[in-house]
Amino acid sequence: MVLSVTSVNKSFGDVAIIKGVSLTLSPGEVLALTGESGSGKSTLLHMIAGLEPIDTGEISIDGNSLSDLSESENAALRREKIGIVFQQFNLIPSLTVAQNLTFQARLAGKKVDIAPLAASLGLADQLSKYPEQLSGGQQQRVAIGRAVAASPKLILADEPTGNLDEQTGDQVFDLLLSSARNEGAALLIVTHSDRLAARADRRKHLSRGQFQ
Amino acid sequence: MTRTVLLTLLSHWKRRPFQLLTLILGLALATALWSGVQAINTEARKSYDDAANVLGREPFLVSKTGALISNEAFAQLRRNGWLVSPVVDGWLPASDGRVRVLGIDPLTITPSNPAGAAVAEFEISDFLGREGLVLAAPATALRLGNLGMRVRSVEGVAAGMAIMDIEAAQALTNTDGISRLTVLSDQPLVQSALVEVAPDLILEEPDAAADLARLTDSFHLNLTAFGLLSFVVGLFIVNGAVGLAFEQRRSVFRTLRAIGVTTGNLVALLVAELVMFALIAGGLGIGMGYLVAASLLPDVAATLRGLYGATVEGTLTLTPSWWLSGLAIAILGTALAAATSLYQVARLTPLATAQPRAWAMASSRTMRLQLLIAGLALFVATSAGVLGSNLLSGFTLLGGLLIAAALTLPTALVILLKLGQSISSSGPLAQWFWADTRQQIPGLSLALMALLLALSANIGVSTMVGSFRLTFTGWLDQRLASEVYIGAEDEADVEALIAFVTPRVDAVLPIWHTDKDLLGAPGEIYGVVDHETYRENWPLIDAVPNVWDLIRQNEGVLINEQLARRESLKPGDQLPMPGGWNATITGIYSDYGNPLGQAILPLDTLTSRYLDVDRTDFGLRLNPAELPNLRQALTEEFGLPPENIVDQASLKSFSLQIFERTFAVSAALNVLTLSVAAVAILTSLLTLAAMRLPQLAPVWALGISRQTLGMIELARAVVLALLTFILAIPVGLLLAWVLLTVINVEAFGWQLPMTVFPLDWLWLLGLSLVAAGLAGLWPAGRLATRPPADLIKVFAHER
Repeated sequence: MVLSVTSVNKSFGDVAIIKGVSLTLSPGEVLALTGESGSGKSTLLHMIAGLEPIDTGEISIDGNSLSDLSESENAALRREKIGIVFQQFNLIPSLTVAQNLTFQARLAGKKVDIAPLAASLGLADQLSKYPEQLSGGQQQRVAIGRAVAASPKLILADEPTGNLDEQTGDQVFDLLLSSARNEGAALLIVTHSDRLAARADRRKHLSRGQFQ
Repeated sequence: MTRTVLLTLLSHWKRRPFQLLTLILGLALATALWSGVQAINTEARKSYDDAANVLGREPFLVSKTGALISNEAFAQLRRNGWLVSPVVDGWLPASDGRVRVLGIDPLTITPSNPAGAAVAEFEISDFLGREGLVLAAPATALRLGNLGMRVRSVEGVAAGMAIMDIEAAQALTNTDGISRLTVLSDQPLVQSALVEVAPDLILEEPDAAADLARLTDSFHLNLTAFGLLSFVVGLFIVNGAVGLAFEQRRSVFRTLRAIGVTTGNLVALLVAELVMFALIAGGLGIGMGYLVAASLLPDVAATLRGLYGATVEGTLTLTPSWWLSGLAIAILGTALAAATSLYQVARLTPLATAQPRAWAMASSRTMRLQLLIAGLALFVATSAGVLGSNLLSGFTLLGGLLIAAALTLPTALVILLKLGQSISSSGPLAQWFWADTRQQIPGLSLALMALLLALSANIGVSTMVGSFRLTFTGWLDQRLASEVYIGAEDEADVEALIAFVTPRVDAVLPIWHTDKDLLGAPGEIYGVVDHETYRENWPLIDAVPNVWDLIRQNEGVLINEQLARRESLKPGDQLPMPGGWNATITGIYSDYGNPLGQAILPLDTLTSRYLDVDRTDFGLRLNPAELPNLRQALTEEFGLPPENIVDQASLKSFSLQIFERTFAVSAALNVLTLSVAAVAILTSLLTLAAMRLPQLAPVWALGISRQTLGMIELARAVVLALLTFILAIPVGLLLAWVLLTVINVEAFGWQLPMTVFPLDWLWLLGLSLVAAGLAGLWPAGRLATRPPADLIKVFAHER
C-alpha cells in the first residue's frame, strides 16, 4: 500500500473540515477525488503531502506514518517519495525549464536523464526558457515533469487542469496519467471535472468533509 | 467624498502598521542626521557672528608695522578731532584652551559698539581698573574659573571672550600699549588727516567674521556633505516604503478611479497623506536631530577650537528657522522619494490592470536605464573633476561618482552572482540559491545601494583619515625635531633665558613669529636661524637648490603648501610681504593642520622688518637625558610653570590628540550612516519577506524544511552584504583618492599621499556582515517559524 489514510479529522477553529476520512491507494492506482468548493479536498491533499498537520487519525505513506516524523523527516519524505502538481503550477521563476524539471529529483539525490523526459513532455525545445516565457499548458507540463522526474511512489495533483482550457486540460491530464503509469506511481488527483474523474481507476466524492 | 476617499487610502496603513513604521522611521532618520548637522553648523556660525559683533562693525586704526599703538598717539588723535576708543586684544590661558581678552575704555566707547552696550548695563565705576568686572558668556565665565577676577555672566557676549577694562586687559596680557583704536561711528565734520596726525597708523575695515567663516567653511561643508549622504541613504528607505505601498494599493486606486474619483483628486489626496506623514516624521526627525547635534557638538567645538582657534559654545540654541527647515527637508525628501509613484498614479487609467506589477522583479530595461544614468553621472563627475578647480566641483565629482557607483550596483551584483553560480556547487539548492538571489536584486537594490554608499563613505573616509594620520605622524617627527620647547612668561625674560640655557644645550632655536595678513588673508610669519635641524628635518615638498643657504643669506622666504596652492605660487615667484616689500620664494613646505598661510624668513629679517614679533617661544636641541635637569633648573631659576616647558613627546601626543578629536565627528557620522543603511536593509528584507512567500512555498512543498529555508534566507542577506562590500572597496578607494587629492587640496590646501589599510576593512566587513545578518535574522526567523497554513495559502485556488 502506497497510501493509507485512516479516520483522519481536521478542524480550523470550531469548523470541522475533514471528518473521519479513510482511504487507501495501491502502487500504479489512480484515484480521482471530487467535491464542491470548500468540501475539504485540498485540505485532505495537503495533509497527505505532510504540508498540513492532522488533528487525529493516521496517514501513512509507503509505510511511514506522518505523525511519527519530525519536520525535517517529513520534508525528506516529500522530496523522495511524493510528487506534487499544483493548480497554479508553482514553478520556480528564477530557474530555467531544465532546472525546474530536475529540481526535486536532484534534491532527492537522484540523477535524471532530462532529454527523454523533456521529449515525453513535449518540452525538448523549451529547456533553456524561464517559466514566465511559457504558456499555461507548457508550465503545467513542466510541473508534471518535475513531479514525476524523481520517480515518486505517490503523485498528488491538486486541480492540475483548473487553470487551463478544455483542450489543453485534456492533454495535460493524459500526460499526467501516462507519466504516473510509466513510473508505476500511485496518483491522487483532485478535480472538479466529472469527465476527467471518470478516466481514473477509482473515484471518491467528498462532501462537507466526509466521503459519500 | 474627499473624507471617504482619504479614509479609504489611510485604511491601507491600518492593516500594515509595520510598513507605516518603515516609512516614518526612514524619513525621520533622514531628517535627523541632516537637521543635526544643520544645527551644529548654525550654532558655529552664530558663534562666529557673535564674536564679530563684539569686536564691532566699526573701522579701526592699527599700526602699519603691527606694533602696539602708544597712549601718546591715542591722545594726539583725540586732540585732533578723531573720536577713537582704545582696545587691547589678547589671549588668556583658561581651562580647556584659552579665552580671548577684549580690553575696552568704557569712558570713550559708545553703546553702538556691542562691547560698549554690554558694559553700559553696569555701573561704570564697577567696571573700571584692574579689579573691575569681567563680562563673559555663561560657559566662558565658568572656564575663567579661579583667575581671581570678578566675572559676571552676560548673555549675548560671544563665546570664548572676556570683556574688561583696558587697564585690566593690559595687566593680564602683559601688554604695554593699545592693540587698535576703534573709530566711532559719529565723527566730527572737521578733523585732521590721519597721515598728518598719526602717520604710522592705517585705517582698516572689520572682517574678523569673514576670516573665521572662510577658514571654517571647508569644515562645515564636510559636515554638510555627510549630513546629505545620510539624508540620501534615509530617502532610499522612504522610496522603498512609498513604492511598495503604492503598488499594493493599485487595485484600490483603479477602483476609486472607476467609481468616479478624478486623477487630480486622487493625486491631491495622496499628496495630503504624504505631507501628513512627512510632518509627523519630520517632527520626530528634528527631535532625533537635536539629540545627534547635542551629542556631537562638544567634539565639533573641540575640533573648531583646536584647528581654527574658533570658539563655539557647547550648548545648542534652537531657532524657529531650524525647526521649519527640518520640516521642509522632510517634506522635500518625501516629495523626492514619492515623485515616481505619484507620477504613475497620475497616469493610471481605470482599466489598468489591478494585478500588482512585479514591483520587486528586475526588468532588464530598468537596469539599462540605471546604467545610462550612471554613465551620465560619471560624465558630469569627470567633467567637474577635469574642468573645475574649487570645492564645489570637488563635491560634484564626489557626488557624481557615488551616484554612478550606486546605480551600477544592481548590474554588478547580477554579474557577481552569475560568477558565484558558475563556481559554486552544481547542486539544485545551490543553483536555486544563486538564481533566486539574483532575482531578489531589484527588490533589495535600493537598500543595497544605501549600504554601498555607507560602506564606500566609510572606506573612503577611513582611508583618508588613516593616510592623514600616517603622514601627519611622520610630518610631526620632522617638524618637531627639537627635544624641548620653551615658552617664556614675559619677553623681558627671554634674553636671560637664552643666556641661561645656551651653555647647557646643543642649540637654541627661536620660534618667533608675528600674525600678519598674507596676500589678503590671515597668516603667520615665522623667523628661523640657520641650523642643521632645519636642513635635515624641515618637510620641504618643493625648493630651489641650496634653499637653506639662500635663507641664511637673507635671500628668500619659505611658504607653506596651503599658501602656495591658494595663490598658485612656486619657488622663484615673488611674495608681496606685509609692510610693502617683496621676498623671493625659495621653498614650499607641508604644514598639515594649519588653516593659515605661513611664511618663514631668516630670524634677523623678521625682527628687523616687524616690531610686533612674539619672541617668547623657542626650541632647544639637547641630549634627551639632560632634559629632567634642565627642566628643574628652568623652574628654579625662572619660575617657569610646567606647561611652559613641553618636551617633544608631549607636544606630539598633544598634536595627535587634536588630530584624533578633529576626526571624531567624521567617525561618529560614519557609524550613524552605516546604521541607517542597516535599517534600510532590515526594512527591505521585511517588506520583501511577505512578497517572497509565493517563491518560497513551492520549494518548501518540494521537500525543503522551513528551518532550512530560513537559514538560506539569512545566508542570502549575508552574501548580498558581502558582495556589496567587495564592490564598495574600489568605490571607497576612489572616494579616498578624490578626498585626498581634490577635496583636501581645495578645502584645506594640502595634498596627502594615499595609504591603504586592508586590516581596517576586515573590521568593516565584520560590521557589515553582522549588520546584514541581524537585519536578515528577523525575516529569516519569521520564515522558519511561519505556520504551514500561511505557506499553504499560496497554493489555495481562491488566492
